[in-house]
Amino acid sequence: MTERPVTLGEGARVLARGIRAEPGVFTLSVLGAVLFGLATVASARAVGWVTDTLIAPAFRTGTVEAGALARAAGVLVGLGLLRAAAIVLRRLFAGVMQYRLQARDRRAVTRQYLRLPLSWHHRHPTGELLSNAGSDVDATWAPIAPLPMALGVVVTLVLAAAAMVLADPLLGAVGLLVFPLVLVVNVAYQRRMAPLAAQAQALRAEVATIAHESFDAALVVKSLGREAEETARFAAAASRLQAVNTRAGRLRGTFDPMIEALPTLGVLAVLLLGTWQVATVGLDPGTVVEIAYLLTIVAFPVRAIGWLLGEMPRSVVGARRVDRVRGASGAMPAGADDLPGTGPLAARTDALRFGYEPDVPVLSDLDLDVAPGRVLAVVGATGAGKSTLVGLLVRLVDPDRGQVSVDGADVRTLAPGVLPRVGAVVLQEAFLFDDSVRGNVTLGDPFGDGQVWQALELAQVDDVVRALPAGLDTRIGERGTSLSGGQRQRVALARALVRRPRLLVLDDATSAVDPEVEHRILDALRAAAAGTTVVVVAHRPATIALADEVAFLDGGRLADHGTHAALLARNAAYRDLVTAYEQEAAEVLP
Amino acid sequence: MSARAALAEARAGAAVGEVGSGSAWTTVRRGLALSPQIRAGLGVTLVLALVATAGRVIVPVAVQQTIDRGFGAADDAGVDVGFVATMVAVALGVVLLTAGCAFAMNARLFRASEAGLAALRVTAFRHVHDLSVQTQSTERRGSLVSRVTSDVDALSLFLQWAGVFLVVAVAQVVLASMVMLVYSWQLTLVVWVTFAPLVLALRVLQRRLAAAYLAVRERVGAMLGAVSEAVVGAQVVRAYGIEARTGDRIDAAIDAHRHAAVRAQSFAVGAFSTGELVAGLATAAVVVVGVLLGLAGEITAGRLVAFLFLVTLFVQPVQLGTEMLNEMQNAIASWRRVLGVVDTPADVADPGAGGGGAVLPHGPVEVEFDQVGYAYPGGPPVLHDVSVVVPAGQRVAVVGETGSGKSTFVKLLSRLMDPTQGTVRLDGVDLREVRFDSLRARVVLVPQEGFLFDDTLAANLRYGRPEADEAEIVAALADLGLDDWARSLPRGLATRVGQRGESLSVGERQLVALARARLADPDLLVLDEATSAVDPATEVRLARALRRLSTGRTSVTIAHRLSTAQAADRVLVFDAGRLVQDGPPATLREAGVYARLHAAWTRGGRRDRPQP
Repeated sequence: MTERPVTLGEGARVLARGIRAEPGVFTLSVLGAVLFGLATVASARAVGWVTDTLIAPAFRTGTVEAGALARAAGVLVGLGLLRAAAIVLRRLFAGVMQYRLQARDRRAVTRQYLRLPLSWHHRHPTGELLSNAGSDVDATWAPIAPLPMALGVVVTLVLAAAAMVLADPLLGAVGLLVFPLVLVVNVAYQRRMAPLAAQAQALRAEVATIAHESFDAALVVKSLGREAEETARFAAAASRLQAVNTRAGRLRGTFDPMIEALPTLGVLAVLLLGTWQVATVGLDPGTVVEIAYLLTIVAFPVRAIGWLLGEMPRSVVGARRVDRVRGASGAMPAGADDLPGTGPLAARTDALRFGYEPDVPVLSDLDLDVAPGRVLAVVGATGAGKSTLVGLLVRLVDPDRGQVSVDGADVRTLAPGVLPRVGAVVLQEAFLFDDSVRGNVTLGDPFGDGQVWQALELAQVDDVVRALPAGLDTRIGERGTSLSGGQRQRVALARALVRRPRLLVLDDATSAVDPEVEHRILDALRAAAAGTTVVVVAHRPATIALADEVAFLDGGRLADHGTHAALLARNAAYRDLVTAYEQEAAEVLP
Repeated sequence: MSARAALAEARAGAAVGEVGSGSAWTTVRRGLALSPQIRAGLGVTLVLALVATAGRVIVPVAVQQTIDRGFGAADDAGVDVGFVATMVAVALGVVLLTAGCAFAMNARLFRASEAGLAALRVTAFRHVHDLSVQTQSTERRGSLVSRVTSDVDALSLFLQWAGVFLVVAVAQVVLASMVMLVYSWQLTLVVWVTFAPLVLALRVLQRRLAAAYLAVRERVGAMLGAVSEAVVGAQVVRAYGIEARTGDRIDAAIDAHRHAAVRAQSFAVGAFSTGELVAGLATAAVVVVGVLLGLAGEITAGRLVAFLFLVTLFVQPVQLGTEMLNEMQNAIASWRRVLGVVDTPADVADPGAGGGGAVLPHGPVEVEFDQVGYAYPGGPPVLHDVSVVVPAGQRVAVVGETGSGKSTFVKLLSRLMDPTQGTVRLDGVDLREVRFDSLRARVVLVPQEGFLFDDTLAANLRYGRPEADEAEIVAALADLGLDDWARSLPRGLATRVGQRGESLSVGERQLVALARARLADPDLLVLDEATSAVDPATEVRLARALRRLSTGRTSVTIAHRLSTAQAADRVLVFDAGRLVQDGPPATLREAGVYARLHAAWTRGGRRDRPQP
């Protein structure tokens, strides 16, 4: 995607947004900057004043009185004190403003991550999202740091300009030429810098994406010995980023010296012209010195404004990237209905159709009907769409056509939070948070420890948790105790069970456990599931036997429906699928 | 016991380093050592910086000359416009020259620093992969990513922005001092003496600032870690409706970072605003002492006024310092975190790193465990006195209940860990002496959860052997009986599998992992059998693929399926960290742990068929 050119206007609008959001600290910071500016100009005038009233007479007359010295010293030190106080005011509040704006943007962006549907997440690698929340937000508000100072020095500039013109109109005007020239140089810079800044931010995201994926894959990388290839892949992206950064640096290196040289050229012009004026019209030499000194003082503010303007392209690019996330739509629509009651729910799908890609449906025309309190086993070959069905039942995704309804209500009409409250799902791959066992089971909901232990017992993982050093408080997840695959799955099962869901959807949630344990879980589940409707994706005959009825999926369609025994009898494909394991075992055993 | 051991596992091995200790200077030195590109040609760059800075000195000199010579103040000869004109012309030349030098200096600085940082990024990245699995798991994914991204970026931005100014500022201070000395050594002394206490105070404050900024970088890592978790766990977050709670946690991390940043900045600002105060003191001192000196005839008026200009030059870097030392501490803290990764020792080191190490010969590998034991640091032993020899080409299944030590056995076999007792030998060579490139080519571990990259199926398969062409890929698939499955995908081999392989079902991901291992064609296959079940037909397919995969090489498989164990030549049964049964599956069925497991499997699998 080609970037629109960055204009000063857009950069200013980004900053204006920030100012509107934090007017208080901004005002304080600018106050400090203005104070600093005033003090700086006053210092310049003081030098001029000291030159005229102290130094020149002293050298001329050969004497000086102590009081005059003390007065001069006092003024200069006092102004230094004032400047110090002003800096504290300016810098501190500029920082507070910058960090508050960053935090604000980050909250907004991460809220979007939580809000947007999984389909959006499929299109955006995790690393890129980290980059949006991190680097892009940083870039957006980077100019805030020099902003108050830049605004403050505008005051300095105005006062200095006024002082210059007042001291001598002609010389002052010559000195003033510096300012518009700086602006012209900067506009040229903006135009060239913007595309580079955009590329740099995009490449930062790419580097983050590769790093995140690669570290996720660390075990596979190690076990296949692909460290060198991964590093080469990363290095390629890093070197592309390096190239763009270097080019941006060269550009900066071209324009910064230009901006810096302008005030100096101004001083030289003033000196030349001023000397000529002293010679021809008898201008006071002190005036020339004062104007020259003012221009010297002005050099720093000009550079400060240069910095601010120099940061703008990156800021605008960052803001655009952040706004893209903030403006992303596609959150799944929700209604306001509730599901009152406590009994098991009825679940139903009508003409369900879903595909991850437009022309490749994973489920077609699926009609399912589960009466409350029944246990339905969903059986099908790999890729038949079972996990997809699970996702649709708990509304992780919305179907392309057809509807999913619970107790007669289309799930899309339910208020947010209703379905997660009454339903629970255990996905095929158990995801544990970087949290305690308790935290992973309760997910912050107010379940008592007793209930947690009950759920853990049901899931046949209580003995494991009891053996942990801190019991329920033991940290599991990314940085914590590593549990085996089966243990993780059972904790995820406990997470679902503790809620006493009215609709329980299991995507083969007992696969990673030893057969003995699975047997016990299934028994416990059958006992506990009395008040729950259960939809379970099943592979093992033991699991299927748990069900009251079976839905047989083939190629995304409902191929057959009935009891396990009935399907075994009448459906050859079903029979082949379910008993393949046993046939295989029969072949191997003597 | 197993869980306790597992907890110890989490603590075992070196944790990813948090901070390079020592002063900022130590950090900079270490950082430069790792990024020599930054230092390359630095001398020339500094010379250019000095020359570039000279352009600023030209102003006070020009003013001095104007006052003393041009205005005739020194010898009362009247105004000399011609002289001033010549001087201005010369000064103009100097300005243009210094602008050119400034450009060259910038270009060199950027090129060098970016090259150095790119190298650092890659070094840190590679080192993360070199760390042992245990060490990698001590830090959250997002936080590890921040060390090679945002931490290096902070450094990069600093070097781009403030690094130039710092170089110039130092040059400016040096140059101003030099010229000041020429004009009046007494006044120069006055200025230095006035600034001395500031320098001393800064050194004391360094440590505080450093700690404060390190905290900031850590909070950035924590924040990115929290965001990463919310994104990776997106399904669970939505399914359980915990968006609010997750959002709160992220908010807390964001706020923690903000507080740390403000705190660090308060330190910096307070410290360096005193620079302004000292500047005022210095100017006042120069005026007082200068006048007194002038009265004593030691200095001209012009020189005194010029000196005042020079003090500005001397002082400006201090003003800049307010903005930049902020950033510098930030950058140093970032540098520390990146160096912290690089300096974390790799527990399981590559003997081939220095060019040494043994190479395993081709052909099926013979495995020997010689009184091998393993205990996690500070924990009880999880493996006791295991001695077993697996002849080349044998197909071994490893079984045992959770926590029996079978996973540890397999990890030791593929050298993800080193035994705390005894020796593991492949073809008679101690595993610790085998070079990694030879080891990984000969021994392939297929972990339980097969990770797939966000790329095409072919690319993922090629991960097993990057130089394989399409014919070889198809052959590998066919060999495992998976070519028809691959053809059945929407775009065949060119089908994209999505992030972490999410477009494929779990069963399909296992198939890909096996095909990938087939392509890698190892001499020793170590397989931690994936346990997520698939439908029986696919399970059959998997079992068949596995059987074919383990032909012609030594294979050790942690078996979770009855069929896998039954198909092996030999079964090793682990219980409570010991090898308790060892033999062909048929003979083991009668008694012991294996009999128990076998019964459970068959009961689970044969519920609906009458027992024979």
